[in-house]
Amino acid sequence: MKTDAPALEVDVRVERARGRDFTLDAKFTAEPGVTILYGPSGSGKSTTLGAIAGLLTPSGGRIALGSDVWFDADKRISLPAERRGIAFVFQSLALFPHMTALGNVEYGLPRSMPRAERQSRAHEMLGRMRVAHLAARRPSTFSGGEGQRVALARAFAPAPRLVLLDEPFSAMDRDLRRDFVADVRGYVAEASIPLIHVTHHRNEARALGDRVILIQAGRIQAIGSVEELLPPSADKMDDSLPLRTHR
Amino acid sequence: MADWAPLVLSFQIAFFATILATTIGVAIGLLLTNGRFFGRDLLDALTSAPMVMPPTVLGYYVLVALGRHSAVGRAWESVTGSSIVFTRTGAVIAATLGSLPLVVKSARAALEAVDPTLLKAARTLGAGPLRAFLTVHLPLAARGLIAGVMLAFARSLGDFGVTLMVAGDIPGETQTAALAIYDMIQAHQERAAAGMVAVLTGITIVALYVVNKLTAVRRED
Repeated sequence: MKTDAPALEVDVRVERARGRDFTLDAKFTAEPGVTILYGPSGSGKSTTLGAIAGLLTPSGGRIALGSDVWFDADKRISLPAERRGIAFVFQSLALFPHMTALGNVEYGLPRSMPRAERQSRAHEMLGRMRVAHLAARRPSTFSGGEGQRVALARAFAPAPRLVLLDEPFSAMDRDLRRDFVADVRGYVAEASIPLIHVTHHRNEARALGDRVILIQAGRIQAIGSVEELLPPSADKMDDSLPLRTHR
Repeated sequence: MADWAPLVLSFQIAFFATILATTIGVAIGLLLTNGRFFGRDLLDALTSAPMVMPPTVLGYYVLVALGRHSAVGRAWESVTGSSIVFTRTGAVIAATLGSLPLVVKSARAALEAVDPTLLKAARTLGAGPLRAFLTVHLPLAARGLIAGVMLAFARSLGDFGVTLMVAGDIPGETQTAALAIYDMIQAHQERAAAGMVAVLTGITIVALYVVNKLTAVRRED
């Protein structure tokens, strides 16, 4: 999917990323559509997402979405996370336990929007993710799959310019994951925005991704199409991955 | 008929001291939780010091820092017309110092117990640091913070040593319940002291019971 919508350009270095003994050095472009960041645990995938989101400050490099520069070490630009207009779905989902599903989804909508409109938008997103019935319930009562749907509704509600998924489907069974892949694909295609999905599940990567970035020990090993880098029978990085999915 | 004025004064002083200790203590607790700055461990040690330092030593420092000959003391007197030491203001400061470590320790433990990913989620959803703190961090740490506030109130209600050093023991002005009990015991009026002793004991036990309940529920979460 190639459109005129802005692409994300990433060129970051993070010294000795989060206790690892390597320096993350990643350079790639994520066009609108799904880009899979694929690699074993501890390869620097989540650190890369953190840098893009503004949750950690890289030691060098540049991050820009189209003409909007979010980080530029040379020009001392570092836009705070809350001003980047991104959606981030965490592995733990990070739903606010003291708020209802509706409250969680409403949280990301601009304060300038009237309350009634925020609530209506939040209801609409919950409905779209097929969890409208959970609106008044708190996360402690959700099943795993329900929590993931609410997390996606919360992420997509503010109409983000970029979506970052940090293995949010890792705890799902295969059928549930297939449903989610369809939902996420549908949303990204409609919104025409870049989505970066971190995973070490080959099948998830194949089902969701347009492009794949292989990363290992903080270095990008290859960038290419899913078919090219993760063919069904290939074994390129699977051996180094702790989890394997079965076809 | 027992004179309850010292107990009423103790409640008034404890009220203001708790507000001060909570405001300062939560801010320091947050700083110690999030901040990576030079002198962090020293700040931690300094705010804990009133728990272990002899009250006379602490009182000495307050007298030197806020006394009538100090810069702060002179400035305060020029604005308000009265000194800090040997007044109720001094008693509030003494009680605040005693209860501050309890608020800092409770606030830090409660704030650190909140999953940092939730705060990151709030930031990515457009919340600045203040909104993330007020809407996510603070509500999720509320139990521990309330526990700290209750401990602070109970502690400031009964401060003795620092209050005596900084505010004196002036009947009707700075004589709190703890000081009045001491004076009554010195004057062999044990029965007159019994009422205030009972009230302070009851409040302490109730506060500790509620604190235990609050923190126990938090552990179950």
